Amino acid sequence: MPAGTLYRGREGMWSWVAHRVTGVLIFFFLFVHVLDTALVRVSPEAYDKVVSTYKTPVVAVLEYGLVAAILFHALNGLRVIAVDFWSKGPRYQKQMLWTVVGVWLVLMLGAIYPVLGHAARVVFGS
Amino acid sequence: MSTETTATGIGPVEGSGAHEGSYGVDNPAPFIEPPRKRTKKTPRSTRGNFEMYGWLFMRLSGIVLVVLVLGHLLIQLVLDGGVSKVGFAFVAGRWASPWWQVWDLAMLWLAMLHGANGLRTIINDYAESVKSRLWLKGLLYTATVWTIVLGTLVIFTFDPNIR
Ligand code: HEM
Ligand code: HEM
Repeated sequence: MPAGTLYRGREGMWSWVAHRVTGVLIFFFLFVHVLDTALVRVSPEAYDKVVSTYKTPVVAVLEYGLVAAILFHALNGLRVIAVDFWSKGPRYQKQMLWTVVGVWLVLMLGAIYPVLGHAARVVFGS
Repeated sequence: MSTETTATGIGPVEGSGAHEGSYGVDNPAPFIEPPRKRTKKTPRSTRGNFEMYGWLFMRLSGIVLVVLVLGHLLIQLVLDGGVSKVGFAFVAGRWASPWWQVWDLAMLWLAMLHGANGLRTIINDYAESVKSRLWLKGLLYTATVWTIVLGTLVIFTFDPNIR
């Protein structure tokens, strides 16, 4: 890595990478999601059949991952907006990133039971 | 690997108040002059402001999407037993209300346009040949228009008594 760089390999760059990766993931999910929702125009059975896969334990873990991606993208997106529009934003970009990570961790802990609870009951019985 | 101190390769930046040491590893975004400032030689802009509006749209739609998408996830995955309640009957109940129709419609359009514009940026960044850019963007725009039209039709033509 070139010496003396202020951006490369530091928090600023990695948060940008994560923002980009999560944005693409959410976009691809949305394509599939509009398609699966469109099945309500086919028949109630077709829709309920596809939605039942959303309730399996494996997909529940993917849903938790989706929540992780969206929460990071949303919180970091607000940070990017603050960096651009708030006069002190650039100066506090690093502190804001750690705030984003902290809030994200708390929300992800809070999401464990609601998102994964029913999957745990399926796997371990209730 | 001496990135912890202010790097020696970086000189003072015009207009940054650099004498106060106002930028460094913790604040790597010094004040930058507008790159296309008008001068006598170029009194008028020679191009439109499309990219600026795109940039602004990403930020404005982002703020609205925080409410729409996080609200949607809360309803679908957390409240009322989480995802296990979702099914045709549940959707019929929700789309009986114009409020949730408008909510879903706004979320569909904003998220698709926001995501498509983001992907356009990414294609511009990584696809180098004119040909691959053209193909990837053609694919992106086609898929985006299709998805928006399909999703919009599904909301407006939804029929709870389909049989
Ligand atoms: C795994 C988590 C998710 C579940 C279980 C879920 C469930 C649903 C359901 C049941 C509907 C039908 C209408 C309604 O009840 O409002 C719907 C519609 C919709 N959802 Fe989601 N959703 C999820 C995540 C997302 C995410 C992350 C986004 C945005 C990026 C999103 C965007 C939409 C849109 C735009 C519609 C309207 C579709 C249309 O116009 O046909 N959903 N979702
Ligand atoms: C939840 C609220 C959201 C907020 C606050 C938000 C915020 C932002 C912002 C501010 C940018 C611009 C970043 C930059 O110019 O460097 C951005 C980029 C992007 N967003 Fe979002 N966004 C949100 C939801 C979404 C959704 C639902 C999708 C997918 C459908 C998405 C996909 C993208 C993509 C692909 C990019 C381009 C990333 C890049 O150029 O590196 N975002 N977002």
